[in-house]
Amino acid sequence: MFALLGGGLLLAFIRLLKGQHGTDRAVALDTATLISTNLLVFIAFLEGRSMLIDVALVYSVLSFLGVLAIARYLDGGLR
Amino acid sequence: MTFLSIAGHVLLVSGGFILFTSGLGILRMPDVWNRLHAGTKATTLGSILFLAGIGCLEPTWIPKLFLIVLFIILTNPVSGHALARAVHMRPEEKPDNLLEDDLAESGFEGGEEQ
Repeated sequence: MFALLGGGLLLAFIRLLKGQHGTDRAVALDTATLISTNLLVFIAFLEGRSMLIDVALVYSVLSFLGVLAIARYLDGGLR
Repeated sequence: MTFLSIAGHVLLVSGGFILFTSGLGILRMPDVWNRLHAGTKATTLGSILFLAGIGCLEPTWIPKLFLIVLFIILTNPVSGHALARAVHMRPEEKPDNLLEDDLAESGFEGGEEQ
C-alpha cells in the first residue's frame, strides 16, 4: 500500500519538477496534496493514532486553499 | 476474518490503485487538460474508496473520515474548475487541440470582468 501511494506521489512530484508550464505544476501539486492526505490517514491507521486524522483534515483544508490561491494567481491576479 | 475486514482490505487496495493511477496519469498525459482529468476525478474516487476502506477497518473513526470525504467531494471540483479556468486565461500555455471553446466564444476572454 505504501508502494502504491508513494509511487503515485513520486510520479506527481516528477511532473511537478519537470512540468512545462506553471499550470502543469499547479495540477501536479493538487494531485500530490490529495495523495499525501490519504497517505497521512493510512499512517494514522497503521500507528493507531487518531490524532493524525485531525492533521489530515486540516492539511486537506489548507492544501485546497493553497491550490485555489495559486489558480487565482495564474488566472491573472487576485480579484 | 470478518466480512467488514475483507471489504475494508478490498476497498483499500482498489483506492490505492486508483490513486497510483492518477499519479501515473499526471506524469504520462500529453497536455494540461488531460492531466486535469487524471488529477481531479481519479483522486476524488480514489480518496472516497480509500477512506471508506479505512472506515471499515476502524469503525470508531467513521465521523472524522466522513468529514474528510465530504470536504474532498465539495472542494475537489472547485479547485479543478479554478485550475482549468487559469489554463484558459493564459493563451501562451493553452493547448490548441480544442474542438469547441464555448468560454472563448462567450466574450469572456482574457480575464476581464464584464
